[in-house]
Amino acid sequence: MSTPTIPFGTARLTEEQVLLRDAVAVLADERVAPRAAEIDTTATWPDDLRRLLAEHDIFAIPFAERHGGLGADLLTLCLAVEQLSRHCATTGLMLAVQALGAMPIQAAGTPEQQDRWLPDLAAGRKLVAFALTEADAGSDPSGIRTRAERDGDEYVITGSKRFISHASVADFVVVFAVTNPDAPKPSRRLSAIVVETDRPGFRVERLEHKMGLRGSPTAELSFTGVRVPVTNRLGEEGEGFSLAMRTFERSRPGIAAQAVGIAQGALEVAARYAGERRQFGGPIGDLQMVQALLADMDAGVEAARQLLYQACAEIEAGTGEAARWAAIAKLVAGDTAMRVTTDAVQVLGGYGYTADYPVERMMRDAKITQLYEGTQQIQRLIVARSLLARSR
Amino acid sequence: MRILVLTKPVPDSAVGAERMGPDNRLDRTTAPAVVNGNDEYALEAALQLVEAHGGEVVLLTMAPSNGTETMRKALAMGANRGILVSDDALAGADIPTTIRVLAAAAKDVEFDLLLAGLDTSDGAGGAVAAGVAALLGLPLLSPAALIQPDPAAGTVSVNRLSSKGYDRIEAPMPAVVSCTQALGTPRYPSLKGIMAARSREILTRSLADIGVDAPAGEWSSRVLDVAPPVTRAAGRTITSQGADAAREIADFLVDRRII
Repeated sequence: MSTPTIPFGTARLTEEQVLLRDAVAVLADERVAPRAAEIDTTATWPDDLRRLLAEHDIFAIPFAERHGGLGADLLTLCLAVEQLSRHCATTGLMLAVQALGAMPIQAAGTPEQQDRWLPDLAAGRKLVAFALTEADAGSDPSGIRTRAERDGDEYVITGSKRFISHASVADFVVVFAVTNPDAPKPSRRLSAIVVETDRPGFRVERLEHKMGLRGSPTAELSFTGVRVPVTNRLGEEGEGFSLAMRTFERSRPGIAAQAVGIAQGALEVAARYAGERRQFGGPIGDLQMVQALLADMDAGVEAARQLLYQACAEIEAGTGEAARWAAIAKLVAGDTAMRVTTDAVQVLGGYGYTADYPVERMMRDAKITQLYEGTQQIQRLIVARSLLARSR
Repeated sequence: MRILVLTKPVPDSAVGAERMGPDNRLDRTTAPAVVNGNDEYALEAALQLVEAHGGEVVLLTMAPSNGTETMRKALAMGANRGILVSDDALAGADIPTTIRVLAAAAKDVEFDLLLAGLDTSDGAGGAVAAGVAALLGLPLLSPAALIQPDPAAGTVSVNRLSSKGYDRIEAPMPAVVSCTQALGTPRYPSLKGIMAARSREILTRSLADIGVDAPAGEWSSRVLDVAPPVTRAAGRTITSQGADAAREIADFLVDRRII
């Protein structure tokens, strides 16, 4: 085993976090990086990398030890997502979505439900997806129409979901459906229900053709009278919306980590290229205009990274401002990733625009971090509301 | 069965930061330390043997006190415990001293097999396995491409690499086996392995603990000069296809009397 080639900082990280991060970094450098371009070009789900993450207990990071996990904290999860995303955003998302889908079960599941579903997820034997978004209910989940109607000991689910990461490869999906259509507040209409994907009436209608993140399947789902036992519901009826929002407080940092990782990966490629590419009689890294680009990229990535790490610490400490910290981290990291990857293409010039180098892929992958798990506009809304509430 | 594996911390050559100190000895502070490559093959073989036959893998290292950091990496791969011989009197120790110390430390452990890398990537002496075997009066099987112990019979068979393939040789256990990459790729440590390694025992022992007198006087060997190897000329790339390519490769090899 070799040592990671990038001297990532260690301030404020525990010895354990540094060890786990470096182990994931080496695995990402040696096993994930060589696959990244092909995953993007062929737009195929890399099940070999799913097995790699399973074999090396990387899926186990965000799970409790009693469920076969490592019992690691949110920051450790983000360190792993960051390292995987340095080379391949699809692989970074693999871990982030597994954590996202597991969170409602961890937060609201009974001990029996947790014992039933979590060990398989921690081991990476099974995959989970998180299904909130619908065609007409994206940023505004009050428009959700998928219904779950009670019939004895079962719910009968009817409706559709869109933009659901991993749903076509998942063994079960946490579905947010309307159980209380007449609730006085729109936020009390939804419930979270675990739906096994082999149940009759569950169907993957199609997969999206995406700009980036092309190895990660994004599915449109239909539910035609899917019958699920009431014991598959997480928490009480009507708690679904608040459960989804609490989940985002812990999942958005994972997307920020993916963004930091993508940006770091692009920065490394650009810096290496600047040392090798010769124009005007020397490496272009000797030119001050290129140096300025690189310096701003490096400073931006480091700022986003440190903000993310601080957000993780605040969220883990149980601050009342978790939603704000999660939103700020994703907002800054997503915008940084877009800017840094765009500048990386600039450093590489015409070569950067071709698939011969990874930066155009990273630029396409970066865009999604400004869109999913709440657009940047939604993040700003959360931050502004929190700020104004404190200023009253 | 119990397998003792000699593991030496060496500078990570992938980082490319090795420097010699003013005394013509390797400055070990310039590059991060990793487990010597051939020792990793030995460790992988030991782990597989214990998985198949049961038992434990014990690391034996002679290094400064921070040698535990590298040993933790080997423990993370799955070794059960470690013994670190560390003593200020061993700074700059030569090969005969290293052999004497490792043999004395190994003597205190009841083992079936002692596995060692064929050589190390820093000193490249390649004498330690043979020296330890000689001092302990044990058979040496070297270098191994396959290790097959028969615990019931108390013997070990080894495919020994030779210029024409391999020789099949057998010896009674305990025995010393030197290891190369022919044994197979070492595993990456799993995250659970890394966590578990933090609580595994590393016993640190001084020269007095293992009953070896501190070396007195000069080392038996001294480094007079050090120079980087001559850079190799660029290789030749053959771009022809099919039979033409085969002919060009054959001509190239015939020219150099390789075939």
